[in-house]
Amino acid sequence: MIQFILLFSRQGKLRLQKWYTSQTDKSKKKITREIIAAVLSRKPKMSSFLEWKDLKVVYKRYASLYFCCAIEQDDNELLTLETIHRYVELLDKYFGSVCELDIIFNFEKAYFIFDEFILGGEVQETSKKSVLKAVNDQDVIQEEELEEKRSVLEDLGLA
Amino acid sequence: MAMSTTMDQVVKRAKDSFGQMFDKSLHDLVRGIRNHKDNEAKYINEAIDEIKQELKQDNISMKANAVNKLTYLQMLGYDISWSAFNIIEVMSSNKFTFKRIGYLAASQCFHEGTDVLMLTTNMIRKDLSSSSMYESAVAMSGLSCFINADLARDLANDIMTLMTSTKPYIRKRAVLLLYKVFLNNPDALKPAFPRLKEKLEDPDPGVQAAAVNVICELARRNPKNYLALAPIFFRLMTTSTNNWVLIKIIKLFGALTPLEPRLGKKLIEPLTNLIHSTSAMSLLYECINTVVAVLVSISSGLPNHNASIQLCVQKLRILIEDSDQNLKYLGLLAMSKILQTHPKSVQAHNDLIMQCLDDKDESIRLRALDLLSGMVSKKNLMDIVRKLMIHMDKSEGSHYRDELLSKIIEICSQSDYQHITNFEWYISILVELTRLEGTKHGNLIARQMLDVAVRVESIRPFACNQMAILLANAHVFIIGSSSTTVAEVLYAAAWICGEFCSYLKEPQKTLESILNTKIILFPGHIQSVYYQNILKIITYLIQSSDNDEILAKQLVAMTIDKMSIFLSSGDVEAQERASITLHILKTVLKLIEKSEFNVNELSALFDGVLNPVAAKAQRKVAIPNGLDLDAWINDPPSESEDESVTTDSRHDNSGFFYGKHEENYSSNSYSNETSNYQQPRNYVEPTTDELEKQRESRKQSENMNPFYLKDSKKTKLTQKHETSIDHSNGNESMPSTPGKGAIPANLQISLSDQLYRQSKIDEENRRLKKKSKSDGGSSKKGKKSSKKSDIAAIDENEDDIYPTVQVTRGGELPEGVTESGHEDNDDDIGSRKNKKYDPHRALNIDFNEKPIQATYTPPPSQLKEPSKKLVETPPVS
Repeated sequence: MIQFILLFSRQGKLRLQKWYTSQTDKSKKKITREIIAAVLSRKPKMSSFLEWKDLKVVYKRYASLYFCCAIEQDDNELLTLETIHRYVELLDKYFGSVCELDIIFNFEKAYFIFDEFILGGEVQETSKKSVLKAVNDQDVIQEEELEEKRSVLEDLGLA
Repeated sequence: MAMSTTMDQVVKRAKDSFGQMFDKSLHDLVRGIRNHKDNEAKYINEAIDEIKQELKQDNISMKANAVNKLTYLQMLGYDISWSAFNIIEVMSSNKFTFKRIGYLAASQCFHEGTDVLMLTTNMIRKDLSSSSMYESAVAMSGLSCFINADLARDLANDIMTLMTSTKPYIRKRAVLLLYKVFLNNPDALKPAFPRLKEKLEDPDPGVQAAAVNVICELARRNPKNYLALAPIFFRLMTTSTNNWVLIKIIKLFGALTPLEPRLGKKLIEPLTNLIHSTSAMSLLYECINTVVAVLVSISSGLPNHNASIQLCVQKLRILIEDSDQNLKYLGLLAMSKILQTHPKSVQAHNDLIMQCLDDKDESIRLRALDLLSGMVSKKNLMDIVRKLMIHMDKSEGSHYRDELLSKIIEICSQSDYQHITNFEWYISILVELTRLEGTKHGNLIARQMLDVAVRVESIRPFACNQMAILLANAHVFIIGSSSTTVAEVLYAAAWICGEFCSYLKEPQKTLESILNTKIILFPGHIQSVYYQNILKIITYLIQSSDNDEILAKQLVAMTIDKMSIFLSSGDVEAQERASITLHILKTVLKLIEKSEFNVNELSALFDGVLNPVAAKAQRKVAIPNGLDLDAWINDPPSESEDESVTTDSRHDNSGFFYGKHEENYSSNSYSNETSNYQQPRNYVEPTTDELEKQRESRKQSENMNPFYLKDSKKTKLTQKHETSIDHSNGNESMPSTPGKGAIPANLQISLSDQLYRQSKIDEENRRLKKKSKSDGGSSKKGKKSSKKSDIAAIDENEDDIYPTVQVTRGGELPEGVTESGHEDNDDDIGSRKNKKYDPHRALNIDFNEKPIQATYTPPPSQLKEPSKKLVETPPVS
């Protein structure tokens, strides 16, 4: 099971964090700090895996962002790399050639994509199309609710 | 729409909308933070104040916006736990937009200890059963992050109901969420299991996959419960083409086969087929791992057993040869699993593993090193060590070099030096290892030297003279940096030269070089050994001088002269020993002058042979009649008093006896090394009485302490720890003389190489001799079917071409006790490791307390064909 996922920049700034085990803020901060330091100190030609405490950390760098997953001893590292890659593809499809700024300014959307893709640390939907459809459907609901509000304003002659 | 509502409502809604227009949006906040890089903290603190104002408004849209901003700030490391109640407010909104924001905030900042969670039960229950599937899904995603024992208990039934939803989208989530329920409320597992099992045959492949995921996780805790599901999984495995699901199923089988060897036999064929056919590396890797696990669990009775291992090893070779570092790393990892049961198959790839030592990636090099130690034999040990030595010279990074050093010692010393055929060579390797600058393994090298000298009698002449060279060059070990412990080897050198001084070529020269060393610059325990052994060498010199009184007088006078400086040693024990030695010598001098000296009186001090003591000797000492270890020696002290006393004495100990580099040393000591040679117990360590006393007092305090968790191994470990530290106390007296640790050329730098070449030549000669003998004897046998088997045959018979060196294995035990027995203690370390807290342990529930009969019935006949490919095979990067 995936224990947590971290996205951070080359400068070590955290961009997204998703925890699938219950942790207090304090331990989250501590773990995040240690993992970021461990991953950033790796040289480019090194493998994507490192052992951290009793977990395995699988990471991959895409442009300026590191995507980093902590998994248990029995889990499959290569499958985890696939999972990371799949998430990047989803971001790319959703935002249209995604960049770090998209994730910074729309961080909640990035989380919503996570929630459609993974639940409780397990991949729940392997089809990119289904994930994106679910995210878009929910965006549409939000749009409609916003429309509703706008129509109120229009009625009052304010918009 | 506005027409149908009252004016009040319209105004209120307008106000809501206005509000949001004038707030600082999330975008503004993010932009603001980016524009205030210099005073980010100040800017954010102002923003938090604004957010607090916004949260006070009676406007849900404003609140949601504020909570959304807080979620962002939480990621930046700011504490937002104070807003927990506001988050719940936003979660409870009936607008999907706000609900989504609220649940996201909750999933990011709530944890099982958050106290407001108890207010959420009913709200979450309502959301779970919402008619909108997305609302229900949002609630499930959130819940999966912050569920605790109470929520798991109260909502278990609601989640079970969702598993029967008409929408696969909901069923799938409910199944996955169920696992979180089990983790937090293990009691739910047994009643929920039948329904979970049904989901394995859900018409929707996504729901099926979710059920496979959950059962795969569960089966890691108690595989026995899920054995009955094997037929269903077997069918899924042979029909599914979704690699995500296949990997999980294959992993599950890996957990099941140890319980049911027949299952393993059935699995081998489909798994090897997959290994042949798949192009997805993740699947290939999983298959190999499971095949290895299967072959480990079924040791015999499989005809194509060897073929499967060969297939795995071949595939792994391809992975290791790949330019992708990830595949290389995993290939080595899997190889080490095979090594444990099929060392021969892996040994064939010796060359490949050696190549990996040159890899750029340290983690890959370390993996390769691990493998190497399992691959050594008499035949290749010298080659491997030689390569490692060359490698050590080239390599950078003291961590990796230290790792190489300890690995060299580990592979040479394993199973009582089983693979060493030439101990001269080994001693010269150890001497060369002392040239490694900044190593923290000085202690390890020293112990190894002692151990070899004690156990291998025939090596003593050679070892003695090598050690004499080290002593003559002791000054190079007096270096400033305290990070190196290489001076420790002098401890061994001094003791070996003293104890076996009859083998010294020039004992008098050695004595002089010892006396000319600035001994007091060494750590105390090394000084002590020096002083003790000075006396041994003098005794020997006098003894072998045929009562030449003039020489004896000269020697003793010279030593007395030189030794008086050592009285100023800062170490208590060393100073005491120096003083005793000095006074013995003065007495000797007096007696010589009176012509009353008898050398035998002096040599009586060092009579007798020191043999290695078996590791278990202490444990095997029979308790004398009448000694009751559980009885109180004194009346037990009162509880509070006792506590303060023990803690005090503990602090005292650590301040007084433990050197500054305590961690350093203890990590080098044998007790923490994995190597299996035994600890030579022939130098400074607490006496049996002391140990007994310590143990007794510890036992007392443990018995008195109500919070002490009784563990039989614990005392042993501490005991060992203390002994190992005792050898190395007082390193703070290490000198600060500047200078680099370069060793002069006369230290025979290439000695090991010379010996290596010589022994290779000898080996070749012996082989030729043997061949000519056997050729003459049995020429008929010469027609072997293939070259390979020819080589193999030679390999097998090769052991006898190596010289056998007598090694004293094991050690002395108390009378009438044998090595075996009481092995249980040895296993404790392993189980202690596993005893570490495992959050999933609670799921180790035995279903068979009330067997689930249903699982044994054949699957329903109306079962649908598992659906076709759900998703394209993931590309492998």
